[in-house]
This record gives sequence, C-alpha cells and structure tokens, in this order.
Amino acid sequence: MRQSIFLQFFQNDKGGKVFLAVLLALIVVIPTFNLLVPADSAFHVSTYTVTLLGKYLCYAMLAIALDLVWGYCGILSLGHGAFFALGGYAMGMYLMRQIGDRGVYGNPNLPDFMVFLNWQELPWFWYGFDMFWFAMLMVILVPGILAFVFGWLAFRSRVTGVYLSIMTQALTFALMLAFFRNEMGFGGNNGLTDFKDILGFDLQSDTTRSALFIVTAAFVMLAYIVGRYVVTSKLGRVVVAVRDAEDRARFIGYKVESFKLWVFVLSAVLAGIAGALFVPQVGIINPGEFSPLNSIELVVWVAVGGRATLYGAAMGAVLVNYAKTYFTAALPEIWLFALGGLFIVVTIFLPKGLVGLWNQLRKSKTKAEP
Amino acid sequence: MESLDRFREFMRRDRTFDFIAEKRLPFRYGHTIQPGKVDTSHGTILYLENLSVSFDGFKALNNLTMYIDDGELRCIIGPNGAGKTTMMDVITGKTRPDSGVAYFGQTMDLTRMSEFEIAHAGIGRKFQKPTVFPNHTIFENLELAMAADKRVWPTLVARITPKQRERIEYVLEIIGLQEQVHRPASLLSHGQKQWLEIGMLLMQNPKLLLVDEPVTGMTHQEMDKTAELLKRLAGDHSVVVVEHDMDFVRSIANKVTVLHEGSVLAEGTMDQVQNDPRVIEVYLGE
Repeated sequence: MRQSIFLQFFQNDKGGKVFLAVLLALIVVIPTFNLLVPADSAFHVSTYTVTLLGKYLCYAMLAIALDLVWGYCGILSLGHGAFFALGGYAMGMYLMRQIGDRGVYGNPNLPDFMVFLNWQELPWFWYGFDMFWFAMLMVILVPGILAFVFGWLAFRSRVTGVYLSIMTQALTFALMLAFFRNEMGFGGNNGLTDFKDILGFDLQSDTTRSALFIVTAAFVMLAYIVGRYVVTSKLGRVVVAVRDAEDRARFIGYKVESFKLWVFVLSAVLAGIAGALFVPQVGIINPGEFSPLNSIELVVWVAVGGRATLYGAAMGAVLVNYAKTYFTAALPEIWLFALGGLFIVVTIFLPKGLVGLWNQLRKSKTKAEP
Repeated sequence: MESLDRFREFMRRDRTFDFIAEKRLPFRYGHTIQPGKVDTSHGTILYLENLSVSFDGFKALNNLTMYIDDGELRCIIGPNGAGKTTMMDVITGKTRPDSGVAYFGQTMDLTRMSEFEIAHAGIGRKFQKPTVFPNHTIFENLELAMAADKRVWPTLVARITPKQRERIEYVLEIIGLQEQVHRPASLLSHGQKQWLEIGMLLMQNPKLLLVDEPVTGMTHQEMDKTAELLKRLAGDHSVVVVEHDMDFVRSIANKVTVLHEGSVLAEGTMDQVQNDPRVIEVYLGE
C-alpha cells in the first residue's frame, strides 16, 4: 500500500521526476566541484556561485509554496514575502544570539544594535532564540500562526479575489513599516546581520556554505514531495474544485474555509522555512524583505514557470532570478522594465507559463509524427 | 467544539435522555433526536412556514408557506422574480430569512445551519447554470461529491474503496456518461453537464434534491431522458424541480406549486393549476 501511494504521485509526473533528479545531481555535483576540485581548475565552482545557487533554491521553495495557494487553490497572495521574511527573521535572531561577545561592542548578552540603542536588557521576545531547536520551532510557528489568524478571519468572511490580494499586500506592507521601527526590537532599518556561525560552524567557510546548499536543495525536494502529495490527494482535488467552482464545492458538503485555511497555512510554513534557509546564506535579513515588490516578483516567477505544476514554479523562480542577477549587473536600468514586460508577455501569450509552452510543443510534435 | 456540541445535545429540553427513552418506555413519545438523521415520521420532509426575505426593500419571499412530502416529486413554476431561486437559497443556507421557519424533517432547523452542514444533513442542490468542476474528470467530479467524511484531514488521506468505486459506476450508469468517464468535465455538452451535476447530487445520497432548471439547453430526447431520470429518483428521494418548460413539467409532475411575488399562488395538479384564474392572470396578463 505504501508503495502504491508513492507510485501514485510520481505517475504522470515526468517533470517532477526530472526536477528531483536535477536537484539530486546538484547536491552531489556542486559541493564536489566546489570543495574537491582545485581553485585553478576550469571545473571549479566558486563559493560565490554555490551561495548564489543556494539563494535561487530558497526562492524556488518559496515559489513552490506560493504555487500551492495560487496555482491550486486560486488564492492570489501578494504578501507571501511576509512569511518568507518572518521565517528569515526567526533564523536571523538565532544567528544574532550565536554572535555572543564577538560583536563590535563585545556585549555578551545583547546584540550590537540593542547596545547602540542603549537598551539595558534583552526584550522578552528574544528569549529562547539562543537555542537552535527553539528558533527552528519559531520558523514554523510564527508564519504558521500569522497565516492561520489572517486566513481564518479572511476566509471566514468570504473575502476572495482581488480584495484578498490587496489585504495580503497590506499585511506585508504593514509588517515592513513595523519592522523598520527601531522600537520593535528587530534591528530596525539595518535588520539583523554580521552573523558569525551556525550550530558552531563558521558561516564564512566553504564547507559550511556547501552544507547549507545541500540542506537547501534537500528542503526544496522535500517541499516538492509534500506539495505533490497534497495536490495528488483527494484534498488536492477538493482544493482545485474550490478554485474552479467554490459554491459547488460548498453545496456538496465541503467546508471551503477550512480547506483554504489549511493550504494557506501549509504554504506559509513552507515559505517560512525557505526564508530561514535564505538568511544564513545571504548573511542579512532586513525589513526590505517585507517589501510588497518582493511578493509581486514572486508572483511573476510562478506565472513565468507555470501555475499548478509546482516544479514549473520552482523553475520560474530560478530562471527569473538568474535573469535578474545578469541584468542588474549588465544593464541595471532596464531590469524593472524587463520584469514588467515579462509579466505582460507571460499573461497574454503563455497563460500556462513555460511548462505549458513545453507541453504544447511536445503535443504538436507527437501529433505531427504519425 | 465537538464536546460543546455533545453537551448541548445532552442538555436539550425538548427530549428525554436516550437511556430513559429507550429502556424504560415501551414506546417513544415525541421525537428522539438522532444527530445527522432526518426524522420524517410525519411524512413531511420539508417545512417552509411564513418565510420572508427582502433585499433592499424588495420582497423576494413574502410569507411563503409550503410543505414537501417524503418521496414526493414536486414542480415549482412561476414567472421571473417569483422567488424560486431565493427559496432554494434559503433551504440550502445561502440566504438567511428575515422571518419564518424552515425545517428539514421534524428536527433540523435549516435557518441555523451552514451550507456544508445542510449538505451533510441530506439536501443536494443543482444550480440553474450547470456547475461542475471543469478541470476534473467525470470520475473525479463524482468522487468529490460522494458522501464521505469531508473534513480536512480525512480528505487528505482518503483513498477510494472498491465499494465506493462500485457506487460511482452505478451512478455513471444512471446518468449515462460511462464512455466519458476519464474526460475533463469542461468537454461535456450543456445537457451532459446537467446530468453530471444530477449525478453529483446522487453521489451525496441526499434525502431531498433541489433541481433548478434541469432541462435548459437540452434537446427533446435529452429532455425525455431527464424526465425519466427524475421520476426514477422520486420515491427514494424527495425531488423539488424548478422549471419554466411547461411541457416538461406536465410530463413529470403530480403536484405543481405556482409562486408569484414571493408567495404561493396556487397548488395542485397541472390541470387544476392551469385552469386557476389567478394563475392565468399572472402568466397571461389581464
């Protein structure tokens, strides 16, 4: 039985199999070529590249999370960056506490920014973040609980469509403004940075970077498998049913609000984990991550890759971010136009994204052959 | 929540405790409430009494009173704006009445239940515009509608049992869509969608089916088939059909209710109703 469940969600999922295989290959290849191949070899992968790829993978996981709610459940969340950032902050708080007395001010009890603000003691909400397990629990709980409360209120009042999108946008904007304030106790404008080590391993070392990359890739695989399990279950079919004909789903006896809420919370938790993996690799978390623009970019990744495919969303995230890295270096002034243009092109010509385009090409090819 | 419900159930004042009722008394007085079961011991499955609903001053329902018997096939006709759809909205919990009573069986107060609770209690509804899940196959449409534990976690781990598969095949045969079983519902014709939706209602195994305009967009053959289907369903289920097509109504109905301006204008057999001077006036003008 167990095996048949496993088979069930890889049946008809060629793209997913390829996706997981690529991730597995990356896990093996990238660290090997980074750590074992000498730096002067042509095959050497620089640590910068490892970190950059790790960052892309975090975005890929975030895109998978959004695809669950948008692609399958039809909830266009324009505030998913908020859950990502909250997960990131929880991880950042742990990393801050790991600095100990190695900060600029050398205060063993307080992070630098608190010393700078003349605070005498640690605020209550920083308690426990010196413990890794507690911080990881918060990575899951904080975005999860926020999503639960927000979703419960919104879905119960039957807020849908563009109104819900605007509310999620307002949520992330409000959080950004709040985190910008120094009094909030999260480092204000500068956020949390200057991290030294994680679980005792130096964050600057190549091995730690590679290990973080491996962990990230593993989590993306896990996110994909969880997502795939959910969408191939009966619950997944109910969720798509809610997207397509909400009233019908309600009148055949599903409590639509509960289903939406469940998917929304799951998605927020995945986004939070992605954020937590993101922070040790980029070395900083600041209120800019809450920026509404980030959440909108995220929607573009998913649209480009292809909605309701999961791996398409992940692929879209990597491609768009690669393009972003390239363009912002080569032609910085056109990036935002390119992004906007991309969104328009995708919406008009590729409603199913790159995955849809690929499927269409393959279909016409197989039709032409016989 | 569950324990709270159980506590409320326990403390109800309109019944004796189960253990007294069942053991001490040779027969039962009144109605023992069995949660989730429709009590039709008086032969009536739906009570609507003095229902009024108004939207911005417009009275969609105006002191509507009507009873549906268990196993009956009832047709409801009436001009546009007579309140037919609003009545269905009230029965299924979509709209709350301003005043009046709506009971399902002897014990269930529909005005206090939410849509999904009403669906679980055994009222199925077909919309005016056929509404099926377009991206799901016929099979999946029926699977989703099937009576089952429809809470979130059980749904996540649900697998189709052979018995459920049999039931789906049984309904497929009734609605005559066996051939299309693995095609997405969006590819069906209008009439086929209507049948699929009726099939979805059947999967729910409801006591009472509310069918809103089942034959719009159907050919004559399809219409005959639908009439047969609905007649076959009556008896095991109570069926309420709202329809404009008079020929169709004549072909299936024993009893017809005419609604006008939110209340019942006439009730009786098709012939009685058609000869009623008030009905003629409403339908044909002065």
